[in-house]
Amino acid sequence: MHRSILAGASLAALCASGAAAQTEITWWHAMGGELGTKLEEIVQGYNDSQDAFAVTPVYKGNYTETMTAAIAAFRAGEQPDIVQVFEVGTGTMMAAEGAIYPVYQLMEDTGADFDPAAFLPAVVGYYTDTDGNMLSMPFNSSTPILYYNRDVFEEAGLDPEQPPETWEELETASRQIMESGAADCGFTSGWISWIQLENLSAWHNLQIGTLENGFGGIDPELTFNGETQARHWENLASWQEEGLFRYGGVGGGEDAAPAFYSGSCAMYMNSSASRAGVMANTDFEVGFGMLPYYDDVEGAPQNSIIGGATLWVLQGQPEEDYAGVADFFSYLSSPEVQADWHQFSGYLPITQAAYELGQEQGYYEANPGSEVAIQQITLNAPTENSKGLRFGNYVQIRDVIDEEFQNLLSGSKTAQEALDSTVERGNALIADFARSNN
Amino acid sequence: MQTKRTIFRNRWLPYALLAPQLAITIIFFLWPAAQAVRQSFLRQDAFGLKTSFVGLENYLALLKDPSYLQSFQVTAVFAVSVAALSMGLSLALAVAVDRVLRANQLYTTMLVWPYAVAPVAAGVLWWFMFNPSIGILSYALRQMGYDWNHNLDGTDAMILVVVAAAWKQISYNFLFFVAGLQSIPQSLREAAAIDGAGPAKRFFTVIFPLLSPTTFFLLVINVTYTMFDTFGVIDAATEGGPSQATNILVYKVYRDGFVGLNLGSSAAQSVVLMLIVMALTFVQFRWIERRVQY
Repeated sequence: MHRSILAGASLAALCASGAAAQTEITWWHAMGGELGTKLEEIVQGYNDSQDAFAVTPVYKGNYTETMTAAIAAFRAGEQPDIVQVFEVGTGTMMAAEGAIYPVYQLMEDTGADFDPAAFLPAVVGYYTDTDGNMLSMPFNSSTPILYYNRDVFEEAGLDPEQPPETWEELETASRQIMESGAADCGFTSGWISWIQLENLSAWHNLQIGTLENGFGGIDPELTFNGETQARHWENLASWQEEGLFRYGGVGGGEDAAPAFYSGSCAMYMNSSASRAGVMANTDFEVGFGMLPYYDDVEGAPQNSIIGGATLWVLQGQPEEDYAGVADFFSYLSSPEVQADWHQFSGYLPITQAAYELGQEQGYYEANPGSEVAIQQITLNAPTENSKGLRFGNYVQIRDVIDEEFQNLLSGSKTAQEALDSTVERGNALIADFARSNN
Repeated sequence: MQTKRTIFRNRWLPYALLAPQLAITIIFFLWPAAQAVRQSFLRQDAFGLKTSFVGLENYLALLKDPSYLQSFQVTAVFAVSVAALSMGLSLALAVAVDRVLRANQLYTTMLVWPYAVAPVAAGVLWWFMFNPSIGILSYALRQMGYDWNHNLDGTDAMILVVVAAAWKQISYNFLFFVAGLQSIPQSLREAAAIDGAGPAKRFFTVIFPLLSPTTFFLLVINVTYTMFDTFGVIDAATEGGPSQATNILVYKVYRDGFVGLNLGSSAAQSVVLMLIVMALTFVQFRWIERRVQY
């Protein structure tokens, strides 16, 4: 009722504005600070490049706020054309069949120039359905890597050219660093859920959940309470006890970055998009490496999975808007725009062409460490276990992972108990989601 | 009891005068409350595309949810601690001002300052001071041999939010206590003093009973404050963690509804909260008020 009135009103407004005017396209995003400025610059570049469409970017707060705002707007019939949604919201967006306009279909309907094969499979795989159709447009994707303090490595008598490759090496290095007094702690990590559980599983080619990690249906079950995950969590707990590992807090782990910047922790695992922040905030030599793995696990290292956000197109807009959205997406995925955004932000390039352009420009040689992330996600062709994950209510499941990890560190649960209860609580949330979407 | 009565000549005038207030109440309270009640009986996906009526299922699910029951316990501990701490301290401060520094306006002004601080800012401030890696207070505690870590220890986290929430409320309570103390006739205290009552005896037998209306009023205000207005403190300091140790009912409504997009459950929780507040207010005014001497 409300929706039809509003749609009518906006249609009337559109007609009144005349046929010659530009079509306005609204894009709600969650990029603050310097990334936001860069995003506006990219949009400006698009608006200047043609005069049929005008894209208006609107900053709506952090990821959660942006997604919630878009959903509330959709319920009120005032949704934007494009909204940026973080990867854990993928399950929710996908299930909303009447609300989203899948990108592959949009490109097909508008006859836009679009070749799905041009995209990096490790990036778009996360956002395609089981038939290989791309549902949303990747914009800012990253993957966790290892940052380390080369000065501390040197002081501790370690080879600064050689970051630890396995968890065993990392443990030994951490102990040596602490014993030599070069730093107070071995390593810290942002995003426990994303890095020390989801990526840990993918990196060892271990299943995160049934039905191809949730890609194959709406009612999968979590299975990341396996032996390797439990061993890793148990290790983290005992390393925390010993001081080798320092916990950085829930979610993104806001205490992890300062611990690395200040030199108290010698190593730090976080998103490749943290690179700019690391470079700006450290006055020591920074080294870059891939995530460590357990070398006795068969199939490790496989490939890491991504995080970050994609652009979803929402239904319910006039047809000419969608022509504009398709045109804008083609512009966004062009090698020049992609390479520029990737090199500025540390996010991954989404197309092969953008990566090659960077190589031609000599960007990776001039900026050591900037290529590690790409090498890591493309290390092997993604398997069913390592192409990503897709579960309903995953925003809440991330909270559950954090809570159970805290239970582990505070000593109230063992690693296996914590993971078992994560799985149990997570499955209840997934079942809830499946019920409300049926 | 005497009531004031105004006679309006025009029948409609009183209603017209009431209309703006009624409109605000209906638009900003009754309507959303009705929506919440309605939503609490539904199961709906985030986008509102599929809706089904599920009766009391959302409520029954809450009763079976251990984290919801824990949230009740957490809220009770939080509310009692904040009310006790902030009222106790502000009463002590008010008595100090009243006795020693009667004329010192500066002291009063400075004590009132924290009230102007927004809850979020208060949360951030205390979070910062107690931060396990960079906080000055956690550093001091570590020097004294206590390993403070509110990221992992639920008790530490609870202490942090109680301190932050109580600190903010001290000023408010303080002002009312000062005003309450000043309205107690000097002659009563002098009479008690002449009868040989010492300062402590005077306080507990004369002053404190006479302060009871103020104390009662503040108790209502403080409990309401901790249940509803401390959202900013929790959000900025602990986000309900660690492991839901500070996840009070109001914060859980927000997390489940606005972050988790589980609207049915969130609506059911807010209806329960509404009932609790109604019950609490009723109890306070019915029973506690009777014991208060005016």
